[in-house]
Amino acid sequence: MLEIKNVTKVFNPGTVNEKLALDNFSLTLEDGDFVTVIGGNGAGKSTMMNAIAGAWTVDAGQILIDGIDVTKLPEHKRAKFLGRVFQDPMTGTAATMGIEENLALAKRRGNTRFLTPGITKKEREEYKELLKILDLGLETRLTSKVGLLSGGQRQALTLLMATLKKPKLLLLDEHTAALDPKTAAKVLETTEYIVQKDHLTTLMITHNMKDAIVHGNRLIMLMDGKIILDIKGEEKKRLTVKDLLQKFEAASGEEFTNDQAILG
Amino acid sequence: MNILHLLNSMPGTLAQGLIWGITAIGIYITYRILDVADLTVDGSLCTGGAVCIMMMVSGQNVFISMLAATLAGMVTGLVTGLFHTFMGIPAILAGILTQLGLYSVNLKIMGKANQAINVDKYNLLVCSRYIKGVPFYQNTIFVVAVCTLILVALLYWFFGTELGCALRATGCNGNMSRAQGINTNFSKVLGLMISNGLVGLSGALLAQYQGFADINMGRGAIVIGLAAVIIGEAVFSRIFHNFALKLISVALGSILYYIVLQTVVWMGIVDTDNLKLLTALIVAVFLAIPYWKSKYFSKAIVKKGGRTNA
Repeated sequence: MLEIKNVTKVFNPGTVNEKLALDNFSLTLEDGDFVTVIGGNGAGKSTMMNAIAGAWTVDAGQILIDGIDVTKLPEHKRAKFLGRVFQDPMTGTAATMGIEENLALAKRRGNTRFLTPGITKKEREEYKELLKILDLGLETRLTSKVGLLSGGQRQALTLLMATLKKPKLLLLDEHTAALDPKTAAKVLETTEYIVQKDHLTTLMITHNMKDAIVHGNRLIMLMDGKIILDIKGEEKKRLTVKDLLQKFEAASGEEFTNDQAILG
Repeated sequence: MNILHLLNSMPGTLAQGLIWGITAIGIYITYRILDVADLTVDGSLCTGGAVCIMMMVSGQNVFISMLAATLAGMVTGLVTGLFHTFMGIPAILAGILTQLGLYSVNLKIMGKANQAINVDKYNLLVCSRYIKGVPFYQNTIFVVAVCTLILVALLYWFFGTELGCALRATGCNGNMSRAQGINTNFSKVLGLMISNGLVGLSGALLAQYQGFADINMGRGAIVIGLAAVIIGEAVFSRIFHNFALKLISVALGSILYYIVLQTVVWMGIVDTDNLKLLTALIVAVFLAIPYWKSKYFSKAIVKKGGRTNA
């Protein structure tokens, strides 16, 4: 489904701030994989997401989605294949537009937009039903401006938008990190529900080791722009936070120092 | 200080306000919807006027001339849009570059700095003489008001389409728009073209109204337009929520601006030389109000926990 082949990305090349963010990075996802991604700050997690989404072009390597080479495609053209939820709840929605308008924008992801109506009556009914899944009472507020919603509500809406038109690959970039624990748990639960329901191939970055272990069928850990741990199948099912810490130390030769990731 | 003088001047003021209202609606599209301060306007207003007058003088029909003026305005928007998106120049600078270039272009179009058109020889759609003593359907106020309503209806329809929604999303959140497959560069160029097309049309009406196109007719147009947008929002935002009504409130803002201006001149508070200074100061203060409000009069917002930059 997704193939990242030997991708390298250097930020600020030739300056003192030069940073090798992705180092000959390769990763292959099978259809229906739900991969959780962990790693410290600056490990290259978000860089990997941005490389897939096309926020900039990579320096070397190739990225294929469903066999299609997207390495040179601009961001808005890759959007056809991707559903994305960002860390910042403000990023994923248009604040000055209504809930239904945001959903209608997402519904047309990958389509060429013409002078046909931006939203139809039939869609409104459809969105009402869809919003019930979230169980946030948004189905009665279709025309409310998204800017009036809380961070958790916006993130849940973004998740719905990302999956409204079934994406080939769902990218979740720490989408619960900015939420309070209760809301975060709820959004994660919804994520799991939608991913299972639609059999979505998913890549989820998280700061929380427990979440990384509980969710998905495969776990990768990044450090210095490389994958240092890759756990799947039965091994992943039996994994505990303690195992993960030990494996991390063995793989990196360092102690894991991020309290939030361990305790969260 | 005869109040009759002021009242006598009101129909003309109203007509002028309405004509500038179309410019203001164009500026609303870039400034409020696209979130870009587009300074092309100062040049494209004159381009519209110049194209219209020159075409009419050369014997073209008034409607064809106005259509050409609108298209010319759209081309200026296209240039600014390409400066901004294709060449990566900041929007505000891109507009300034186009505006400067247009000075020469406008001179070339007119052949000199000022081109007059005689209302007796040509069939004008609007004119400062068509204010009193003409059938209502020829009255400039009526004609421009109808024009404005048609434009508002068209824009209302357009911003409800897929393309229009994409344009609104682009102005609101570029990241989100690209993630939803919207070509934000295309949206920006399109928005700038629509905006400057309206400004070109407004310039064409203005040139007919005053009976000439002048190289300086667009000077400060962006500020006058912004004044109209701000006044319109300040006065009507609490009652007008619908998008079409918001556009109308911008046109009404433009009329209010001209009425205030006329009154101030009539009262002799400022002489006409200082009008642009007064406008600039008023707009500056109005732009500052939301900033001051948030800085000095807002209640502290308690942020929820969580590492926003983790």
